[in-house]
Amino acid sequence: MIYLTLFLEFFKIGLFTFGGGFGMLPLIEEAVIAHGWATAEQFYNFVGVCESTPGPIAVNTATYIGTMQGGLLGGIVASLGVVMPSFIIILLIVSVLKNFAENRFVKAFLKGVKPVVVALILSTGTILLAKAVGYVSLTEFSTNWISTAVFAILCIVWLLAKKVWNKKLSAVTLILISAVLGIVLSLI
Amino acid sequence: MLLSLFFTFFKIGLFTFGGGYAMIANVREVVVEKYGWITEDEFFQMITIAESTPGPIAINMATYVGYRKKGVLGSALATLGVILPSLIIIYAISQFLDAFMANRYVAYAFVGIKSAVAFLILKAGTDLFRKLPKQWLSLSVFLAIFVLMILFELFSVNFSSIFFILIGGILGILAYAFAKSGKEAGENQ
Repeated sequence: MIYLTLFLEFFKIGLFTFGGGFGMLPLIEEAVIAHGWATAEQFYNFVGVCESTPGPIAVNTATYIGTMQGGLLGGIVASLGVVMPSFIIILLIVSVLKNFAENRFVKAFLKGVKPVVVALILSTGTILLAKAVGYVSLTEFSTNWISTAVFAILCIVWLLAKKVWNKKLSAVTLILISAVLGIVLSLI
Repeated sequence: MLLSLFFTFFKIGLFTFGGGYAMIANVREVVVEKYGWITEDEFFQMITIAESTPGPIAINMATYVGYRKKGVLGSALATLGVILPSLIIIYAISQFLDAFMANRYVAYAFVGIKSAVAFLILKAGTDLFRKLPKQWLSLSVFLAIFVLMILFELFSVNFSSIFFILIGGILGILAYAFAKSGKEAGENQ
């Protein structure tokens, strides 16, 4: 029963995500690969698409995976799944557990979770970067010069924009720049 | 009021690029400044709650504001409003994404986009890292999990990150309990 599986998987993901959408990526990747719904490469290509469309990344990826696996209904069920834990927990807090955020144990729990989330995000980023520049497996590496060059150029452009023009480039801008660079560098 | 909640959050969902944190500013502008649905103080209280609870921050905010204004029905409509644009847009995209990806130039573009995704994730991670309390416990938990995640990837070990999150939370509570009992023992002497 694909709808139930989608709902439960994304419910679990919604329940264990702290610190915004990026913290969710490793969890979604694990679920997607475990069920054979997509490869890691397909998944992160889609994350690139998500970064250029509006809305929360969690809902976007849930809708995408759900739609791929079970059509429109699959998309709806997966997004409801990812949203439901937040919905229920916030309702409980505003109506019954008013002092939740001030609770000492909640604070202690979150304090412990924080470094884990940062480690999950940074390790995901590191692994993605390693794969983009050419890591295949422990015994195989074939340098992808284009991805490597694009990453280097993005770092330079980002720093220039920040230090020289005092501007923070948005995710959409960075995605667009990288897409153009990808095409141009592939053609020359 | 119900309709206004729905459409307000629909608009927020439609015009927020770059994930939940970009949404905080948009929600504040509309909900606090434009409509005065909640006060500035309550808004900050809401952000604290949203950050202390799991799930997308956008959903947390929509549920909170919706409930404050119109109870459970209000929170359901606000939440539905904020996710509907994503549902519609992503459903439309997924209809032609495969065909789109088969195009040669699109494939080239994605060679570059891959690097941008890595860049964005690493940037989000380093921003959060800077905000981490620089204490030995949180830094060693960070380092241990980071190294483990990389090793698991290198050696293709399957391990759910959910366990890491739970372990972190439990360590946090233990550290708190130890610090507290240590303090009490100190006071009793």
